[in-house]
Amino acid sequence: MELAAFLATHRAEILLRTWEHVWLVGISVLLACLVGIPTGIALSRRPRLRGPVLGGVNVIQTIPSLALLGFLIPAPWIGGLGTRPAIVALVAYALLPIVKNTFEGIRSADPAAREAGVAMGMTPNQLLWQVEIPLGLGVIMAGVRLATVIGIGVATIAAFIGAGGLGALIFRGVSMVDSRLVLAGAIPAALLALAADLGLGWLERRLSRWR
Amino acid sequence: MRAPRGVESTEAMSAAGVSFEAVDVLLGERTVLSGLDLEVGPGETVVLLGRSGSGKSTTLRLANALLLPTRGEVRVDGTPTRHLDPIRLRRRTGYILQEIGLFPHFSVARNVALVPGLLGWDTRAIEARVTEMLELVGLDPTLGTRLPGQLSGGQRQRVGIARALAARPERLLCDEPFGALDPVTRYELQREFRALTERVETTLLFVTHDVREALFLADRIAFLADDGRLAFVGTPDAFRTSTEPRVARFRDAGL
Repeated sequence: MELAAFLATHRAEILLRTWEHVWLVGISVLLACLVGIPTGIALSRRPRLRGPVLGGVNVIQTIPSLALLGFLIPAPWIGGLGTRPAIVALVAYALLPIVKNTFEGIRSADPAAREAGVAMGMTPNQLLWQVEIPLGLGVIMAGVRLATVIGIGVATIAAFIGAGGLGALIFRGVSMVDSRLVLAGAIPAALLALAADLGLGWLERRLSRWR
Repeated sequence: MRAPRGVESTEAMSAAGVSFEAVDVLLGERTVLSGLDLEVGPGETVVLLGRSGSGKSTTLRLANALLLPTRGEVRVDGTPTRHLDPIRLRRRTGYILQEIGLFPHFSVARNVALVPGLLGWDTRAIEARVTEMLELVGLDPTLGTRLPGQLSGGQRQRVGIARALAARPERLLCDEPFGALDPVTRYELQREFRALTERVETTLLFVTHDVREALFLADRIAFLADDGRLAFVGTPDAFRTSTEPRVARFRDAGL
């Protein structure tokens, strides 16, 4: 009850931080899609790029988020403090699931359907846009969903370099040893992740309705 | 055939031959076909018979330039396939495969409309053709709005046949189209298929390992032995009485 009263009195700040958080994750996932989906498509067409590119995005994923943000502070242009380096880090983390799922989604098209398409005289582009991408959309969406859920978690740490978001409440709560403040950041973040998971999961099922 | 419809249909289904001249196919280190000489005349039905891995499907893939010969020449209407635009060749060549390969996210009608659509027929002509084709293969045209996943295996292969014939192809290539069907459906479809191909007068190259199917459908049978060489070419009657040991063994095991 005491917590509910606390959250109610801090409603305005919680809403603001939630909005910052949504914006931070939203813009990052969008940018990651703009880069990652074409990259995934390219990988399905150019087997030689597969190893290096998937290896690269895999390595990014292994860097602890706190360390990545730390590395970005002295970096020129993309680095520093605030929103910009936070978005760079979030995009970097979102790339692996999006690139990988786009690639896998395109490859997952039924080989017989692909062969029939080629044998009927579809050009590689027609096959890509009419068959491979539509059939892979569900899998691609699953990658976007995963990237978003991961991003909501990682974005709480972005407050460490002053990017705002719900992490700001959590960091303040930790330094003041006030668990109510920690919860004021953690609960909305968890709810956001849950909502994104459900919403994008629904979209994913809609996109693979033909199954 | 009926009154021509659509852009490409002014040239109603006309038969055109395929010939294989001293064709070798090597995939990696493996010799899949060796010295294949075979002529499929316009309007003729040639059944390629042989065990799995004998190069039957490879031969078929040569005929629509899914594959080019390592040595020798494959000619369609006299022109080597390596000099033809593969996309155009394939749009003029029907293809039916065992796995059917319908697009699961396209309605049945859209699947049948695929090649006419690629050829740029106008929408009305395509719609009329789809209805005509579904009736021709014995399907209720109202099934056109369904997705392939909602049909039975036999119905799906009927759609596969309708799709292959929709654009009035000059040639039809079939890769064990009935191999995955239950015996009753297979028998039914074989009979209807023979009646159908007699009506549409298309050059037909049909691959199977089923001796009965070959005897039932073929004008001529070409038997591929395991070494990727032709061991026999001739009429079904000649095949029945052939004393060539490899032919006799395969035939007697399959009858």
